[in-house]
Amino acid sequence: MVIVGAGEAGTAAAIALREGGWRGRVVLIGNENMLPYERPPLSKAILTEVTDPGPKWLATPERLAELRIDYLQGRNVERIDRAAHTVTVSDGDQLAYERLLLTTGARPRKLSIPASAGSRIATLRTYADALAIRRIIGRGCKVVVIGGGFIGLEVAASAVSRGASVTVLEAGPRLLTRAVPAAMADLIKAKHERSGVRIQTSAIVERIDENEGRSKVVLADRRTHLADIVVVGVGAVPNVELAQAARLAIHNGIVVDETLTTSDPHIFAAGDSCSFPHRLYDERIRLEAWRNAQRQGAAAAANMLGANRPYEDVPWFWSDQYDETLQIAGRCRPEDVAVARSLGAKGQLFFYLTPRGRLVAACGFGSLGAIAKEIRWAEIMIGRRLAPNPEALADPTVNIKTLLV
Amino acid sequence: MSTGQWVAACAADALQPEELLRFDHGGLTLVIARSPEGGYFAIDGHCSHEKVHLADGIVDGHIIECPKHFGTFDYRTGEARALPACIDLRSYEVKVESDTVFVKI
Ligand SMILES: Cc1cc2nc3c(=O)[nH]c(=O)nc-3n(C[C@H](O)[C@H](O)[C@H](O)COP(=O)(O)OP(=O)(O)OC[C@H]3O[C@@H](n4cnc5c(N)ncnc54)[C@H](O)[C@@H]3O)c2cc1C
Ligand code: FES
Repeated sequence: MVIVGAGEAGTAAAIALREGGWRGRVVLIGNENMLPYERPPLSKAILTEVTDPGPKWLATPERLAELRIDYLQGRNVERIDRAAHTVTVSDGDQLAYERLLLTTGARPRKLSIPASAGSRIATLRTYADALAIRRIIGRGCKVVVIGGGFIGLEVAASAVSRGASVTVLEAGPRLLTRAVPAAMADLIKAKHERSGVRIQTSAIVERIDENEGRSKVVLADRRTHLADIVVVGVGAVPNVELAQAARLAIHNGIVVDETLTTSDPHIFAAGDSCSFPHRLYDERIRLEAWRNAQRQGAAAAANMLGANRPYEDVPWFWSDQYDETLQIAGRCRPEDVAVARSLGAKGQLFFYLTPRGRLVAACGFGSLGAIAKEIRWAEIMIGRRLAPNPEALADPTVNIKTLLV
Repeated sequence: MSTGQWVAACAADALQPEELLRFDHGGLTLVIARSPEGGYFAIDGHCSHEKVHLADGIVDGHIIECPKHFGTFDYRTGEARALPACIDLRSYEVKVESDTVFVKI
């Protein structure tokens, strides 16, 4: 069993292969020069803590040894030979596989604008990226974040909490356009503005110049922003090149079926790099979410061992913004009907029902204690395709668990 | 665990079956659970993965699920049951007397 990509999905898969009873060889190949680690803290604790807490490992060397997982660290897989069932690693080694799993993840999308070489522009995907940002943000430093998505906003929150002066430039008319409904985005925006982050929407960046050691961000309307560091968070693109060169089907990610099998029955894919059909939604989806990567990795491992089980987990995402948490379960479309439930000062929930009344998504923003239970029950209802009474959903005195029957 | 002191934690009717309650005492924080059969149990309140209170999680049968990353614990024993939780929590003796739940701390 060979796994390409030692992130959240690949590591979960390697562990799950052993837990699923596989006794043969498990090889986990990763091109980063360290043990597998979690990415979510990169925009959170690793930026906010006064001393770097260090990476949060997904597996220690002892655990890898105990599970007999051969971890090839700092090695890139260059090529898959589907006919010969081998992969070629960067040092020229060839490894044979019985089943192959691709968990190559995603990488930050690049801005397609002119930027002068001297300007300090960062993206955030790896621990090394996080350290580069960490080194600069601090009291009195000026940070410009391009892109009002989750990663950009978490970096903004973290930088302002370290005393930096932060401006977020979003090209769209509002924050988080891809991810959350407008009402929720407004709450998050208000939280940032109360914390001192300046937010400009409809801000189209034209180019980035260098100006006496600082970066000068020039907008289409001629406004400019000087920055000690520019952090670009404008989405991610799936790492599909390896699969593409092996002529596997690609469509917004490596195409897999509901059992996470690619167009080659011996090759599987999971995590940010794959696009998969979901029984709850009538379209192919690709997620960039921590829980999905972990569970999809484990599910792919079971199917590599022949379980042949469809992956049906309800999509779930969380983001920390300051001392508050946002959680989203499911997926909603513009035609879905929103039902709001106010939790007063503790938070706000929104539920999304199809025009026929089926619950398809729920999101909450507030303290973890106030929203987590409700979103979790909603997630269970979404998975069971229930159509709860909208008035009861809106009524904060109704325990959501009671709507599950 | 024969040493320790019985401390009143809550009224017996403060909890319905499959409900949780946070209980703080001295430097300790616990979670009290009532099982579907009506029994009362107490374990350490903070998840062993990160410092998140389990009283904010949900209960299914005898299992508490952590609200942060969905690690699970058997609240009767404190045993960690699903990843990322892998370290067991301490459990405490519980008794009910005159409609009050007592925990031995
Ligand atoms: C800063 C940041 C914050 C985040 N915060 C949250 C959050 O709050 N909540 C949430 O739900 N999600 C969050 N995420 C998303 C979550 O971390 C990802 O969904 C998850 O890491 C995806 O796991 P993966 O295994 O699919 O990919 P990755 O974790 O990206 O792992 C893929 C690995 O494969 C390696 N690789 C690629 N190609 C090759 C090759 N040819 N040979 C060898 N190795 C290769 C890559 O270098 C990488 O190490 C965050 C992500 C980032 C970057
Ligand atoms: S904090 Fe409980 S599982 Fe992570």
